[in-house]
Amino acid sequence: MIEVEGLTKRYGEKMAVNQLTFAVRPGIVTGFLGPNGAGKSTTMRMMLGLDRPTAGDVRIDGQHYDRLKDPLTYIGALLDAKAMHGGRSAFNHLLCLAQSNGIPRGRVHEVLDTVGLTAVAKKKAKGFSLGMGQRLGIAGALLGDPRILMFDEPVNGLDPEGIHWIRNLMKSLAAQGRTVFVSSHLMSEMALTADHLVVIGQGRLLADTSMADFIRENSRSYVRIRSPQRELLLDVLHRAGIVVVETGGGTLEVDGHRPEDIGELAAQHRIVLHELSPQQASLEEAFMQLTAESVEYHAHSGAPLGAAPPPLPGDRPGPPTPGPQVPGPQWGDDWKKG
Amino acid sequence: MSTPQPQTHQQAAPAPNWQSAPGTSYTSPIPVTRTHLGHALTSEWTKIKSVRSTMWTLGVFLLLVVGIGLLVAAQTNDNDYADVPYTIPAFFGLILGQICLITLGVLVVSSEYGTGMIRTTFTASPQRHRVLTAKLLIFFVVAFVVSALAIGFVGLVTSGMHGGASDNEWGGTVLKGALYVSLLGVLALAVGSMLRHSAGAITAMLGLVLVPAILPAFLMMSESLRTVGDKMMDYNAPNALAKIFEIDSENGGGTSQLVLLIGVTAAAIAGAYVLLERRDV
Ligand SMILES: Nc1ncnc2c1ncn2[C@@H]1O[C@H](COP(=O)(O)OP(=O)(O)O)[C@@H](O)[C@H]1O
Ligand SMILES: [Mg+2]
Repeated sequence: MIEVEGLTKRYGEKMAVNQLTFAVRPGIVTGFLGPNGAGKSTTMRMMLGLDRPTAGDVRIDGQHYDRLKDPLTYIGALLDAKAMHGGRSAFNHLLCLAQSNGIPRGRVHEVLDTVGLTAVAKKKAKGFSLGMGQRLGIAGALLGDPRILMFDEPVNGLDPEGIHWIRNLMKSLAAQGRTVFVSSHLMSEMALTADHLVVIGQGRLLADTSMADFIRENSRSYVRIRSPQRELLLDVLHRAGIVVVETGGGTLEVDGHRPEDIGELAAQHRIVLHELSPQQASLEEAFMQLTAESVEYHAHSGAPLGAAPPPLPGDRPGPPTPGPQVPGPQWGDDWKKG
Repeated sequence: MSTPQPQTHQQAAPAPNWQSAPGTSYTSPIPVTRTHLGHALTSEWTKIKSVRSTMWTLGVFLLLVVGIGLLVAAQTNDNDYADVPYTIPAFFGLILGQICLITLGVLVVSSEYGTGMIRTTFTASPQRHRVLTAKLLIFFVVAFVVSALAIGFVGLVTSGMHGGASDNEWGGTVLKGALYVSLLGVLALAVGSMLRHSAGAITAMLGLVLVPAILPAFLMMSESLRTVGDKMMDYNAPNALAKIFEIDSENGGGTSQLVLLIGVTAAAIAGAYVLLERRDV
């Protein structure tokens, strides 16, 4: 169990983490989601006592990290696959870690075996591919057979086989009753592995919810309509009290109505439709919407959170809508960076 | 190199509690040990001996001290040793060799910052002061033993080559000489821990060793700076070694230079501990 309370980190003027409060429970995979620059790595470094919080507190089973007498048997962490001396062999890298915590040497062989690096145990880490470095980092995290595991963007840059392996590993670790805390900037990745979601944007907590709830609440369904008599259709829908969002390329979107109802309404007014299709917004879009709202809230503070959903940025054809745009910095600024 | 296939291990790995229901906490079968300085010392010992750069710098150090020392011993006559200890040939190698120990001292800590290893280290040992203590102790012992062996070996061979030529007691010069160069290395380690940057820390240390040896020549030109120049001349590192090896037999064999270095090193170590606890990694 990891408890984070009012955690705040300021780098000069930059608020990297802002008043975060959440708990990571054992026995499940908790996903830590946020666009690049949201403050995930900073939060994890503070959890491990590497960065000093500006304010707030982190407790591991009720204790501060630097009070732990046997840290590696409590927490295993993979922050950065490159966090090792390239000139040291895989075996010696793990051996010096094991010795620092009084873990028997035999355990080094065990974890090398678990991650499949036994054959290259005597090889220097600098010759390793990204995937092998990642495996060595995970071996280090597993050394103390810890009850809590923390991974920062573990699948970044891995090939599909490596990604598959890490997903299964995380699930099996959680199934053994361990606390697994894993960060990602990809909703699709979290949807596959996480049971619980902690979403942050701009250092703030945006959601702390079970994966199932998040999917239920956020998979917005809408109807997409195209018509050559667009003005007339807009008029008709408006008079029927149906809210329409105009998107690029003359396409209209309607929330909360069945396609049947809209089709019949169009037929009554003899309007020709070229498209009438039910759509499901992806979780990725839901996540983008969530983080975009955080930016909007941030830009003119005082506005109610999520008052009017901003237009969904997505892979729609045609030019972007000149509709209600989000002012100030865009969620995408952080997203594209790094 | 192809990535090894771990799938087979993956299926074998799950322990008996594989089946346990989510929500229950995991307990490891590995016995829990309370960590202490002894663990940190073993770990740092493994670290220092498992990278090739350590072996290289120590190898070059030995080559310089022993190689130059034996060359000098071979080129000198018995009457050159009338007033000086048998270890004096080691002095010439040490002037260069001290740079190796400075480099190694810096690398012991700054290479961890350079590679990112330091985060792994402090995750495994969140008691940062314990890690620094272990590094200082292990490095000091390694540097002291290696330099004492090198100086002692040169002294022994020289006394064999020029038997009976000198009646200066030379055992003390082995210990003092080894202490002086190892302390320079320890100072470099503390500076490396504060600066966290290999090139920066090595440059700073070379400046500390060389500038006071060169600057007095210029300071002497000015009347007002003459006393500063005199002190620098007296206390710079090469001159301190010269005094320890009794090249200039006045003024108590470099004891006051050694005391100054101990003081500076202690201050740097104190600074390193304070900064270590305060800063983010
Ligand atoms: N050491 C640092 N000094 C200054 N700014 C930092 C530092 N570390 C992170 N930041 C800033 O804090 C923000 C959060 O970064 P980070 O925690 O790395 O985000 P994430 O891991 O979610 O991508 C970013 O804007 C980043 O530029
Ligand atoms: Mg990050």
